[in-house]
Amino acid sequence: MSRNRFLFIMGTVIALILLTVVLGRNSDSPQIVAASMLATTLRFATPITLGALAGLFCERSGVVNIAIEGMMLAAAMGAFVGAAVTQSLGVGILAGILTGMIMGLLHAWLSITFKVDQIVSGTVINILAAGLTGFIDTQVLSKAGLRSAGLLPQIPIPILSDLPVVGPIFRQQPIAWTAIILVVVVHYVMFHTRWGLRTRAVGENPRAADTVGIRVKYMRYMNVLIGAGIAGLGGAYFTLEGVPSFETQITNGRGFIALAALIFGGWTSFGSWAAALLFGAANALQINAQQFGIPIPSQFVGMFPYLLTIVVLAGVIGRAYPPAAVGTPYETE
Amino acid sequence: MNAQTVRKLGRAALLPLLSIFTALLVGGVIIWLSGPKFNGDWFGIKFVLDGYGGLFLGAFGTQKAIIGTLVRATPYIFAGLAVALAFRCGLFNIGAEGQLTMGALLAAGVGFGVKGMPLIIHLPLTLLAGMLGGFVWGMIPGFLKARTGAHEVITTIMLNYIAAQISGYLLNGPWKDPTNVTAQTPKIAESARLPALLPGLHWGVVLAFLAAIAVWYFLWKTTWGFEIRTVGANSSAAKYAGINVSRNIVLAMGLSGLLAGLAGAVQVAGVNYRSTLGFNVGYGFDSIAIALLGRNTALGVVLSSLLFGGLRNGATIMQFRTQISSDIISVIQALILIFVAAEQIIRWIYRVPATPDDAGQATLSKGWGKS
Repeated sequence: MSRNRFLFIMGTVIALILLTVVLGRNSDSPQIVAASMLATTLRFATPITLGALAGLFCERSGVVNIAIEGMMLAAAMGAFVGAAVTQSLGVGILAGILTGMIMGLLHAWLSITFKVDQIVSGTVINILAAGLTGFIDTQVLSKAGLRSAGLLPQIPIPILSDLPVVGPIFRQQPIAWTAIILVVVVHYVMFHTRWGLRTRAVGENPRAADTVGIRVKYMRYMNVLIGAGIAGLGGAYFTLEGVPSFETQITNGRGFIALAALIFGGWTSFGSWAAALLFGAANALQINAQQFGIPIPSQFVGMFPYLLTIVVLAGVIGRAYPPAAVGTPYETE
Repeated sequence: MNAQTVRKLGRAALLPLLSIFTALLVGGVIIWLSGPKFNGDWFGIKFVLDGYGGLFLGAFGTQKAIIGTLVRATPYIFAGLAVALAFRCGLFNIGAEGQLTMGALLAAGVGFGVKGMPLIIHLPLTLLAGMLGGFVWGMIPGFLKARTGAHEVITTIMLNYIAAQISGYLLNGPWKDPTNVTAQTPKIAESARLPALLPGLHWGVVLAFLAAIAVWYFLWKTTWGFEIRTVGANSSAAKYAGINVSRNIVLAMGLSGLLAGLAGAVQVAGVNYRSTLGFNVGYGFDSIAIALLGRNTALGVVLSSLLFGGLRNGATIMQFRTQISSDIISVIQALILIFVAAEQIIRWIYRVPATPDDAGQATLSKGWGKS
């Protein structure tokens, strides 16, 4: 993703927030509206960012991942159960990551080992996660009467977090902070390390990668697992930072928005993050539109991320190019 | 039907049947794990058998159960055919849910908005509106793919959400039933409703079977169908043979959407008599499973739909009798899909050798960007 495009998206995010401030000026003071918009934007952006980074690892290595939603949903439950059983939030995070990785292992096993169509494999995981979590929720959890271990506390940065308006930016929960750190780390790993180069080689031209001695299937397995672990962390967000309980379909399509953010961001780390913020801001506008009495039907704002993704994919504003070999199983000769 | 055809059908059905059997077995283990296990009757196995007994009884056990299964299977047949038709053109229509939503919305709009017309005009008009909604919603991704190469999987997922937002807007806003707090349209006029074939069974099921025959005829007996299948089998070969690939992609997606839209329209005109928020959820992924289980054939889709409809219908009785959550059905569906898609697993378990005519499966998607 080019710098200009990144700045353009960030500008749009700020414009959306300012728009809300202007539209909502009659009901509340600008400070309150802006602070609320910022906080909501960041809150929505966290799982989308993590989901998009999860997809980044998979797809850069050549494995399509439409199963981010399913991985996050399963992980949301895994994290909740892990935390509630042990009454430890740390264990909850680990359980979430692990659950995500188990779903990732299934995706890798089906699509890399068995060469099942990767979209079919993703569909399997989405249906399975919805069914299993629903079944366990009604069949086991509701009877077991698990007590939630609560939510992860905010980690404020001193001084900065006390600033007016922008304060909420510096007052976030651990998974939200991790998401921002991961954006930088993933960018570095993917574009400045040997691992990243090999991953991209496998995703662009697996035959060439194979001839120079890169183990294509191993790289794909590892990247799918890493990605799924990140999706697991994103899932843990819902039950450890969002609400202290598991609800059916708690991810509510956020995994698909993450996929959209990945594509919108041109399969790059910073691009996905910018897109996640943009979608988060759109979502915040949708929520605040009702609260601050803004005269736009919230559903029209809600459509915005999806429309934008189609527009980008169709090449109307800045074409998005996927990794060349994404979607094709690798056949050794 | 001669002996050779029977053998061929038997071979084609073998792997799907083994997949269903294995999925039920694994599903049984999951139910067992959630049940009383070692302190129940027969180490908890009775719990599983009771559950499956209720499932079967509720699906096919009584006349009422069979009627319920047929009603549940009807939208599955339409939506499954939709996905299968797109697959035949090498397109992955993951947007049946959105197309179904648009079909249901438009059908409901015509159903309650137009008044004072005889059934003979109003009902076809209602169904046509549903087809139109689905057709347009399916054609958009087809057009985008043909013109810009934008992958239909992503565009259809996005269009699903856009359709959900449009539905949310209309059902909470201009089209909301003023007499009710729920987000839904008013009831459609009597003249827009599908009449009953038997008590509890509407004519939509007949339409579904007719649609299956029509899709079969279209794909295998017409030039248009031949072109679509050629594009699906090998789009570059089709291009060299002078077939207009773009036109066929748009057409296949449009027709696929039309069928999905009809699924929504029939559900509105035959069962709900209105469009409600969220009734469509789950049809998109279920219909993919149905198309794959039915190997993208019209007959296969009908049989798979009857199975899925039966499972959904029987789950209610199962939940009532044994308190086993009906969500287990989604798990079983996912397991069926795993075994159908990764048939090597089934071949390995049951030692089924590969046969040459298994190679005739439709090619599926090939990644994001390429067309």
